[in-house]
Amino acid sequence: MMPAMQITATVNGIAQEHDVEPRLLLVQYLREVVGLTGTKVGCDTSSCGACTVLVDGESVKSCTMLAVQADGSEITTIEGLARGGEMHPVQAAFQEHHGLQCGFCTAGMVMATVSLLDELPDPTEADVRLGLEGNLCRCTGYHNIVQAVLAAAGSAR
Amino acid sequence: MIPAPFEYVRASSAEEAVSLLADHGDDAKLLAGGMSLLPLMKLRLAVPSVLVDVGRVRDLSYVRDAGDHVAIGALTRHRELETSELLAAECGVLRSVAAEVGDNQVRHRGTIGGSVAHGDPASDLPAVLLALDAMFVIRGPGGTEREIAAGDFFRGFLETALAPTELLTELRVPKTPGSGFSYQKFNRRAQDWAIVGAVAVRSNGAPRVALVNMGATPLRARGVEDALASGASVADAAQAAAEGTEPPSDLNATPEFREHLARVLVRRALEAAQAEA
Repeated sequence: MMPAMQITATVNGIAQEHDVEPRLLLVQYLREVVGLTGTKVGCDTSSCGACTVLVDGESVKSCTMLAVQADGSEITTIEGLARGGEMHPVQAAFQEHHGLQCGFCTAGMVMATVSLLDELPDPTEADVRLGLEGNLCRCTGYHNIVQAVLAAAGSAR
Repeated sequence: MIPAPFEYVRASSAEEAVSLLADHGDDAKLLAGGMSLLPLMKLRLAVPSVLVDVGRVRDLSYVRDAGDHVAIGALTRHRELETSELLAAECGVLRSVAAEVGDNQVRHRGTIGGSVAHGDPASDLPAVLLALDAMFVIRGPGGTEREIAAGDFFRGFLETALAPTELLTELRVPKTPGSGFSYQKFNRRAQDWAIVGAVAVRSNGAPRVALVNMGATPLRARGVEDALASGASVADAAQAAAEGTEPPSDLNATPEFREHLARVLVRRALEAAQAEA
């Protein structure tokens, strides 16, 4: 085993400090070290987007990033979106429009949507479909997901 | 999937990166955004013993007006290219194709220098840089610097002119304001690599055309360019698109299908570039 490296990160507003092996993936760090299992491992090949989290506000696939690369960053996972028991507007829109079937892709879809709407607050339907091209729903529940994202964009206006 | 163990060192400047590469020898690999390297390491197709992380060398992240060309720092992320007003005005094709790399998550992390240094013929940006006759700046041991044309840089599949001790620092892209351009990317799913891609740029003089995933490296479609220069119609010139190519065979397409795609995509790219010019 390579010598561990000390990293610090703010995860959902809470300061974290751990010794990690350099090869530890960010998704494993979040799930197994920090204990936040809301972020899912889907394809594990940076195709499906189930592992999407925000690093310094931008969506990334946490299966294709090393924890050591996130040293010093501010990380937001699905667990960090709700405030005081109130769902984030994107979460509320996914619930309202039933933007999920089995739910496995949902955490990644929601995180990718938060980042997308931050960059493009008033998207068209085509923008949403293109903006979520990195997230796959194997139930093929895209229709309601797109409706949820458009509704979330509308409610934020 | 977990990469094989490696030693991780972080460079805070280009100089430090080059000196770390010199210290660690052939088994060291540069890590920029990691969008190409990390998947290979997870599959254990790449097993570097040392990773030199240049991802924090922020002074290699810029898009600058440099007179006759736009200077782009090698660690500039695709997202920054995609949203650059300078690129939109002076080199629209590069801005436009940067927006087609991977997906949002990939563009937030991936860098133009990482994509070029990786040397994958299926990547979008290397073919565009080849079509534009871009120049690449390379830093070597002891602070030496050299410049190399895109046409001389790509040597083979995942093989470039970069020595193991060298770092790509800057890409110099000639300005092509007001040019017509088009990138035709053929794939089955939105976020996938191009099965074949064709880029055409029309800016003062004969159109320039380059191909994605039609051989071991990105390729200029010289047959098409020559035919156009000697007055052939777009439809006739596009018939030469597969000349001199050696397209790969994989589960997406046979070489023959790729040759067909190249002819069709080059014709579409030329027509679209003409309409836009």
